[in-house]
Amino acid sequence: MANAKELRKQIGSIKNTQKITSAMEMVAASKMRKAQERMSRGRPYSDHIRAVIGHVANASPEYRHQFMVEREIKRVGYIVVTTDKGLCGGLNVNLLKAAIKDIKVWVDQGVEVDLCLIGNKGAQFFRSYGGNVIAASSHVSENPAMADLIGSIKVMLNAFEDGKVDKIILANNVFKNTMTQVPTLRQLVPLDPIKEEGVSAHRWDYIYEPDARQLIEGLITRFIESQVYQAVVENVACEQAAKMIAMKSATDNAGDLVDELQLIMNNARQAAITQELSEIVSGAAAV
Amino acid sequence: MASTVHCSIVSAELEIFSGMVEMVVASGTIGELGLFPGHTPLLSGVKPGPVRLRLEGGEEEIFFASGGYIEVQPTSITILADTAIRADDIDEAAAVEAQQKAERELADNRADIDFGRVSSDLAEQAAMLRTIRKFREQR
Repeated sequence: MANAKELRKQIGSIKNTQKITSAMEMVAASKMRKAQERMSRGRPYSDHIRAVIGHVANASPEYRHQFMVEREIKRVGYIVVTTDKGLCGGLNVNLLKAAIKDIKVWVDQGVEVDLCLIGNKGAQFFRSYGGNVIAASSHVSENPAMADLIGSIKVMLNAFEDGKVDKIILANNVFKNTMTQVPTLRQLVPLDPIKEEGVSAHRWDYIYEPDARQLIEGLITRFIESQVYQAVVENVACEQAAKMIAMKSATDNAGDLVDELQLIMNNARQAAITQELSEIVSGAAAV
Repeated sequence: MASTVHCSIVSAELEIFSGMVEMVVASGTIGELGLFPGHTPLLSGVKPGPVRLRLEGGEEEIFFASGGYIEVQPTSITILADTAIRADDIDEAAAVEAQQKAERELADNRADIDFGRVSSDLAEQAAMLRTIRKFREQR
């Protein structure tokens, strides 16, 4: 039978850990609310601009931006958005797993892969996994500014413009609800045409006012910025949600552990008391 | 031909309007655009200015868009605004003040002001006031 004193010490330390995790849970919950709000504010714009860009890619425009031209694929660029800090359950692992699965398909076809990493966890992972990292940025705050992100994205876009990369894929977690975050990979450039009802399938083109080139360039810049920004903001919301869940289950588990140990400790104490009593009784009987 | 078209106005911060409308009037880069359902596909820049929607049933609503893009498909119209406000949410006093400030800065004619920024500020505030006036007229 374990020593009651030792058990008491163990319970104390678990209770301390529980206090920490429950505090972290509350912090994550309040941060999540803000992050979620930020995310849902940006979502309509990024969804709509994606739809518009999908239409543009579907059209047969007089001016074809180089981001709209499909090329033979020799090298694929990945922009992987992960969190800076850990303790958020399987969030990063799931995303990285999905990304690697996708990357492997390309590698098997003899296509090379470049990486642009946003967030510390992705950087750490690919340092050990290997991979050609051409840009990385970390310590993106919870309220990221476009300016912080544009640098590393620019590297990737320049590589595309120079013909070094023939496809750019954005990998990030998409926030479904607090319980579920879905790792998602989306093609950023060349623009991905969407087939949709109501948009005619035959060749058509927009009327441009004033100038096709200027408009499409402006629109594409905005599209990429908004997609990456939204990916990062969404990732922050996912991080906080996942952290909250992870910390909640840690707190619950600590509670279970304490209960179990408490039971063992009580048993031990009771056994000690019983033994003592029987010693006293048998001692008294002997006298 | 359907008599209504789906229109949505989104700004970088939020979705301002989404619903069926009979007509959209917006200020495009090279002039006013009057858009009815079944319009041929069109892509245009948007100048700071009022966006007028005629809702199903003839009721009108006015918004202010401070530049952006408009995409027209026969069955949908999307306005991607940089910022957009409902006309009755515009703070007129603030707009007037900002306009005067921009004018003063321009009149000051100092070397250290960013001429491009100030004049675009001025245009934006003027457009905002134009939107308010139009909104008043309508009521």
